[in-house]
Amino acid sequence: MKAYINSLCAISPADTFSGEFQLQVSETAYTSDFLKCIEPDYKEIINPNLIRRMGRVIKMGVAASLKCLKDIQLENPDAIITGTSLGCIEDTEKFLHQIVINNEQFLPPTSFIQSTHNTIAGQIALMLKCNSYNYAYVHRNFSFENALLDALMMLTEQPAHKILLGGVDEITEVSYTIMQRLQIYKSAKDLSPDVFRTKTEGSIAGEGATFFVVSNSPEKAFAAIEGVKIFYKPLDETETQNHINNFISEHGLSANDIDAVIMGYSGDSRYDALYDKMADSIFAHNNIMYYKHLSGEYFTSSAFAMWTAAQMIKKQVFPDAMKYRFVSPKAVEKVLIYNQYKNSEHSLILLSE
Amino acid sequence: MNEKVYIAGLGIVSAIGLTVDETLESLKATRSGIGPITLLETTLKAAIPAGEIKKTNTELKQMLGLDVNQSITRTSLFGMMAAREALQNSGVDLSKYRCGIVSATSVGGMDLSEHFYDDFNADQTKGDTEGVKGHDCADSTERIANFLGIKDYLATISTACSSSANSIMFGSRLIKNNIVDVVLAGGTDSLTRFTLNGFNTLMILDKEHCKPFDAKRVGLNMGEGSGFVVLVSEKVMGELHKKPLAEVKGYGNANDAYHQTASSPDGQGAFLAMTTALAMSGLKPGDIDYINVHGTGTSNNDLSEGVAMQRIFADKVPLFSSTKPFTGHTLGAAGGIEAVLSVLAIRYNIVYPNLNFSEPIPELNISPVTKLMENINVRNVLSNSFGFGGNNSTLILSAC
Repeated sequence: MKAYINSLCAISPADTFSGEFQLQVSETAYTSDFLKCIEPDYKEIINPNLIRRMGRVIKMGVAASLKCLKDIQLENPDAIITGTSLGCIEDTEKFLHQIVINNEQFLPPTSFIQSTHNTIAGQIALMLKCNSYNYAYVHRNFSFENALLDALMMLTEQPAHKILLGGVDEITEVSYTIMQRLQIYKSAKDLSPDVFRTKTEGSIAGEGATFFVVSNSPEKAFAAIEGVKIFYKPLDETETQNHINNFISEHGLSANDIDAVIMGYSGDSRYDALYDKMADSIFAHNNIMYYKHLSGEYFTSSAFAMWTAAQMIKKQVFPDAMKYRFVSPKAVEKVLIYNQYKNSEHSLILLSE
Repeated sequence: MNEKVYIAGLGIVSAIGLTVDETLESLKATRSGIGPITLLETTLKAAIPAGEIKKTNTELKQMLGLDVNQSITRTSLFGMMAAREALQNSGVDLSKYRCGIVSATSVGGMDLSEHFYDDFNADQTKGDTEGVKGHDCADSTERIANFLGIKDYLATISTACSSSANSIMFGSRLIKNNIVDVVLAGGTDSLTRFTLNGFNTLMILDKEHCKPFDAKRVGLNMGEGSGFVVLVSEKVMGELHKKPLAEVKGYGNANDAYHQTASSPDGQGAFLAMTTALAMSGLKPGDIDYINVHGTGTSNNDLSEGVAMQRIFADKVPLFSSTKPFTGHTLGAAGGIEAVLSVLAIRYNIVYPNLNFSEPIPELNISPVTKLMENINVRNVLSNSFGFGGNNSTLILSAC
């Protein structure tokens, strides 16, 4: 199963919407609790009449999708497949709030209507008048990977398809507060991307909307997707190593063939140690990159990682901002993304030139 | 890609029964599960009936052999019960195969999140965070996977009320594409104030028993529960040394692209989902013996779905009924529950009555089955599930 990335767009805290590969977080990013997206001027992308009613995560998802399609003049994709772990949490919170304060009486329906996890995929279909296949995967750190596998399978079933594929999640004050109380997140305040390696408990929260058009056509492709694999709750590090080694060898490669390994270091000492162990064993001689200081931790951040990997391959650069342990400059032909959430949901995505 | 996918096991929990056998008994006795809400704490309970499962979370935990003090959502508990039954029913030895789970839910662990939110809303340092840990949609899937020991592939889908039809579709594709050999596919949802109030604000809840496909239908009854099927490859089916319960012969998903919540007047999304599934199955419209319609009982859904059916089947619309007057509309679980009911229709050669029907919709020229039909040859069943966001899905399940 192989596919090509024909178009891509990321809305992220690292100012990526324009497609430039500068990876700059805003000056204020590390003065607040979590990393927020630098959002585009939606009026230039979405019909202003529709914008008013859309929640923020919907706007981000729709804008990234429309840009992705526009860049290659694709009017109607053959499938719209999204991954979003928490969906439209702002609207969910709004409706919960209204239920409580109004004691279940006289509630406005808008936030309920927009709270379903497939709202973004549905809104894109509605705006494009697109009757195609339309899915929303919502499985924590597997959300985008489920969507990606769906797309790859579809391209073997329907080889001519052009698929809009994306990962999107938002952070809100309320969700941050709850996740902090659950000791998942720590505040980004007073940290800086440079000291992201600070080994304390909790990750830096973030958000993003990253979309791709994928197909079997190599025309103007940014990169090729060689495959995706997920594994769940490995018993120990040996099992993790086996999964990674098997994935690499299934693609006829050995670890030394990988030009860059993008790892999901989240700033959480409890789980980042696992990346270090892989970096020191399987990938002892590889360039190790990281990205969550630019995106923050969120369940579909591997979509953003895939965006950076495709850009690295297309532009043939190892961006300074992403170097975690840089060994040697070389051509960027094979990039492996390894991400895991609390040693529970692990994923591997392999891209090639 | 021509690999066949079989259904080897069934599990179901709803207001008409906690097992397949109890469910069949209720269906045959035309015993509806719709009635007053007694367990869910809601101010709407006096006014709005629902298909509530009359077991407390503590009782459900006891039935599952779980620690009753453990914080676990009702959504997960239903899922664990139905999935366990399906797996046992299938006879699949998990250790022999690559096994995955594809589950679906509309609002996941909202049942405990809203308790948390009651306290949290007043004071952000309050609220039992143990309960909110299961808020997200994947929690129930991972609970089921951990409970049964499934770990080779996990996915959760949430496309509102079509969710678990989509999980059966994706699960079938995982087998056809040789990702895994066995998939537990279905969905689970519990009644919550969130969804009950949500549908109430849209003014599509019937305060009496719902009347799908009736001229005087005024809305739906909500329900709760879970439905799972065990999907297996041809190779696994061969090694089980038993007859498959059914084959997943076709499926289709399409978007209506008409409105965020309403269905189009010409039923385009439903039409495309059904025609895609039919084309894949290789069957002709005349081969379909029974349609388990989405049939929520809302004015909009039933008309749109009926129009789409007439576009495909013309004046030869097969026997059809909505089983939601029995179970209520179980949202993300509906596709799974109705897939189980569709397989039972094949297995026992029965067609279920569409309760509470008296007068056909004037814009259509079709009427549902109103009396239980037995000893009738049911070989191919088409099951529809539609959701918000214009999401339309069709499964075609066939006798083997």
